[in-house]
Amino acid sequence: MAALIATGNSQQESAAGLTARQRGLLLLPALLAIAIFLVLPLGFILVYSFLTKGTYGGVVWEFSLAAYEQFLFERDLFTDELVFHASYLQIYGRSVLQALVATIACLAIGFPTAYYIATRPAAQRNMWVFLITVPYWVNLLIRTVSMLFIIRDEGPLNSILLGIGLISEPIRLAYTDFAIGLGLVYSYLPFMVLPIYAAIERFDFRLVEAGHDLYADRWTILRQIIVPLTRPGIVAGSLLVFIPSLGSFIAPDLLGGGKNLMIGNTIALQFQSSRNWPFGSAAAVILLTLVLIVLVLFARRAQQAAAEQGRQ
Amino acid sequence: MASPQRHDLKRYPGFGAVTWACIVLLYAPMLVIMIYSFNELRSITTWGGFSFAWYLKALNNPQLHSATFNSVVVALVAATLGTILALCAALAMTRGRQLKHQSASFALLNLPLMVPEIVTAIGSLVFFLAIGIQLGLSTIIIAHTVFCIPFAYLPIAARLQGLEGYFEEAARDLYATRWETFRYVTLPLTMPGIISGYMLAFIVSLDDFIITNMVAGPGATTLPMAIYGMVRTGFTPEINAISTMMLLVSALFVSASYLISRRGASS
Repeated sequence: MAALIATGNSQQESAAGLTARQRGLLLLPALLAIAIFLVLPLGFILVYSFLTKGTYGGVVWEFSLAAYEQFLFERDLFTDELVFHASYLQIYGRSVLQALVATIACLAIGFPTAYYIATRPAAQRNMWVFLITVPYWVNLLIRTVSMLFIIRDEGPLNSILLGIGLISEPIRLAYTDFAIGLGLVYSYLPFMVLPIYAAIERFDFRLVEAGHDLYADRWTILRQIIVPLTRPGIVAGSLLVFIPSLGSFIAPDLLGGGKNLMIGNTIALQFQSSRNWPFGSAAAVILLTLVLIVLVLFARRAQQAAAEQGRQ
Repeated sequence: MASPQRHDLKRYPGFGAVTWACIVLLYAPMLVIMIYSFNELRSITTWGGFSFAWYLKALNNPQLHSATFNSVVVALVAATLGTILALCAALAMTRGRQLKHQSASFALLNLPLMVPEIVTAIGSLVFFLAIGIQLGLSTIIIAHTVFCIPFAYLPIAARLQGLEGYFEEAARDLYATRWETFRYVTLPLTMPGIISGYMLAFIVSLDDFIITNMVAGPGATTLPMAIYGMVRTGFTPEINAISTMMLLVSALFVSASYLISRRGASS
């Protein structure tokens, strides 16, 4: 906005003396790089998902819906009939569930943390935010490896629990669904804390006093005033955890106990050992569609909320 | 400041405890792996005394040398290219009135952050093979440059938005050419944003595993790929030592980026 007002007097040139045409030329290289090396590849995946699979990986240029059929049906070896089977649907269902659980767990830890940080004295807040940010920038692979290290059967967590006599034999934590969930929470927790913190920091705490004057108790104030007014931050944080969790690869690959655990692993497998590119492409198209649906739904709701606030 | 009563109203019992639990969850695994990297024994259940042996072993591993070299080359080139593209784009997006396709351009610039990494990874693989580019360091660099753009763009654009147009207008009023205005006014004022954008892009490139692993081809191995390979074949204390070194490098970079952007904000 500031830039808009500042340049209000010069119609043709911007503050730096750039015409609209020159600005277009400056913008072009970055947009082209993304269009050619990201948008175009996404187009390739869409096309490949409708092709026939090659014998040794790759594709044969022949239209086919086999990749999408494979999600719901299996070709019977003897009768060559399509039989309904749900194993791929289950992988998608499990991925959505796993991502949802991770999101809820992150919210349960992230909201109180964000609230606590936002209500610290201003001088302390930056330090807390920094502490939450650093882990995000540390290599995700290494963080997941370190999580695997401590939850392994013979790892430090089990030896501590054994040592204090809480358990008599190591509990199996690694290579379970629980471990995947833990890994996802550990990976994406900072994404939940930061947007909620930003929302709570802008929150007007006089409203809490007003609520208190009207005899609302602490938890009513939290539920009826603080949460609704910081909802945009909560929604943003939930999306930032849910979306990468849904397509995650490293956490299920290292911490989980199988190969086809979540969507991300299923996709990767098709381009490594299973070698069914059309099916892998179709799986990626479906994942991308799921992500887009979630994003569009929330963007639309955010617009509605903004419009409502504008009317008030 | 706040009256005791108001302070009391804002407080929720248990929130402080959750916050500390959150910090423990975030840091404990990294701390544990650091401590064990100094354990002399191969065993991870018993402590055999303090030792740098695993660091020496890691530092003398020739495979890790070439992987580190590859990682650094890729990160340097990709972060530099990504930052230049992002700086140009940020100038275009922030210096002046709304462009015709401003919001669509913004969406496209941030697209690499929206698309799930595994989808980008296989898309790039299929694309490179289809147009016949040999997989190797060059394909890794191309793929990394693309996702470096939004990471560099966001801090640079934030910095440029914070600068009002007055400085540049003043320079123009004093007959500075467009280049001189950019070179002596805009660029120095944007520098904190550029540096922190560059550092973030560098770290993101250094850290990437999923996309790199898909587009690397047989010859080119980066550090995360080497670590992944080692973890797959079995846990050795050497992994703890490498991880600790990488943790420290990341932490150093982020701290530096944070300090620079804070100093930039206060000046």
